[in-house]
Amino acid sequence: MDDILSILRDNGVLLLIGQYPHGPLGGLAITFLLSVLGIALAFPLSLAIALARVSPLAWLRWPATVLVYVVRGVPLIMFIFWVYFFVPILIGQTVSGFTTMLVTLVIYQAAYLAEVVRAGIEGLPKGQTEAARSVGLSYAQTMRKVILPQALYNMVPAMIGQFVATIKETSLGYVISVNELTFAGNQINSNLLTKPFEVYLILAGIYFILCFSLTQLARHFERRIANRRAGATAPTAAQPVPALVPVTE
Amino acid sequence: MTTASSKTRMISFRDVNKWYGPYHALNGVTAQVHKGEVVVVCGPSGSGKSTLIRTVNRLEDIQQGQIEFDGQDVNAKSLDLNKFRSHVGFVFQSFNLFPHLSVVDNIMLAPITVLKKKRADARVRAMQLLDRVGLGAKADAFPGQLSGGQQQRVAIARALAMDPPAMLFDEPTSALDPEMVGEVLQVMKSLARDGMTMMCVTHEMNFAREVADRVWFMDHGRIVETGTPEAFFSSPQTERARKFLSDLRSH
Repeated sequence: MDDILSILRDNGVLLLIGQYPHGPLGGLAITFLLSVLGIALAFPLSLAIALARVSPLAWLRWPATVLVYVVRGVPLIMFIFWVYFFVPILIGQTVSGFTTMLVTLVIYQAAYLAEVVRAGIEGLPKGQTEAARSVGLSYAQTMRKVILPQALYNMVPAMIGQFVATIKETSLGYVISVNELTFAGNQINSNLLTKPFEVYLILAGIYFILCFSLTQLARHFERRIANRRAGATAPTAAQPVPALVPVTE
Repeated sequence: MTTASSKTRMISFRDVNKWYGPYHALNGVTAQVHKGEVVVVCGPSGSGKSTLIRTVNRLEDIQQGQIEFDGQDVNAKSLDLNKFRSHVGFVFQSFNLFPHLSVVDNIMLAPITVLKKKRADARVRAMQLLDRVGLGAKADAFPGQLSGGQQQRVAIARALAMDPPAMLFDEPTSALDPEMVGEVLQVMKSLARDGMTMMCVTHEMNFAREVADRVWFMDHGRIVETGTPEAFFSSPQTERARKFLSDLRSH
């Protein structure tokens, strides 16, 4: 225990922000930045892929379906290598590890998130679309005003889950020397040489605390949505949060 | 049945056929709903009555025949489907209110989105309609806070907001608890009294008796019998209708 505390005392800052401000930002800060940027950029992309996946137009549906199946059928680390080795050839200049990792995460997460969004869309009662089309809304208007607001709200817990997965996946950035949390932990281990158990316990602890808190947040949202469905805490007019009460099951 | 001129015809079916795979869902349906008329469509489950009413605003496609609504060929290639549908009032068995919108926003959505009405104007009209269905006080509630009967009345107001020349009801009271059926039927009766053209799939025989001008009885995708409610209920012509009515009464 003393060892762990002394490691934290000596290297805590390195774990949190890397060598910043005297060197590049690293550690947990980079892990968090990669995850947040990854999800933020993946989200609009996933929305487009999901809409293509449920589109009645085959020429939109097919490429999106192929993309999703290919990405889901290949390990992430394989993707990292592909982007790492081939993107520089493709664009003719070197790419930083951070950018490589971010691009990889965005593509990878977009495919998974698209399936989450698609499930949200297809999980709504068919009557919602029929009612919207019956009053004259177009397909696009129906999506924008009726389907997506409900589907995305329903899928908030699953999206937080995806965010948690992303945080854990950033640790693979280690293999291409992205200066994130695992990389920082490994640096410390290399310096100390004799304390791998303690160092990696700290590392695991940090990941766990972060991911566990987010999982709890997702559970909180799940309960709220379940309550809404049961009509227990239906919102008032002053609180224009989307209520989710599928009229039919 | 084809004696009425096209000027008085609101909905007409001419030799309409529809198949689900090998299943013949609508089998040569020919019939008209005239302007101002209330037609009740009844028949055993699986007889095609919901399918028939859903072909009118093209929630279901047909493979043969022709359907006209207010002088428009429903299945014409040149038809602007979204614009067309906005003129057909449709009420579902399961209400299908939008749960993420308040009651008044449910009603205002199409007038604002489709008719490009100003928000304030749309709200005024929505409030009038809510008062008409007796739910003015619930304007800012959400559908999840309403009873089934109230939700269905909102759904009727939502359809009326587009000023449709005719209203279609697909089993509007079948999903309701018995004590809520009356309030929905009241609203429908008042619509009928005001001269609204209505085509209504329902098993509410008292409603048919009081309000309908004609009853269509369907079986196996065909209209096998039509007549005034008195004639249909007191002396059904077909064996199938007699059996249906006696089954209905024994409940």
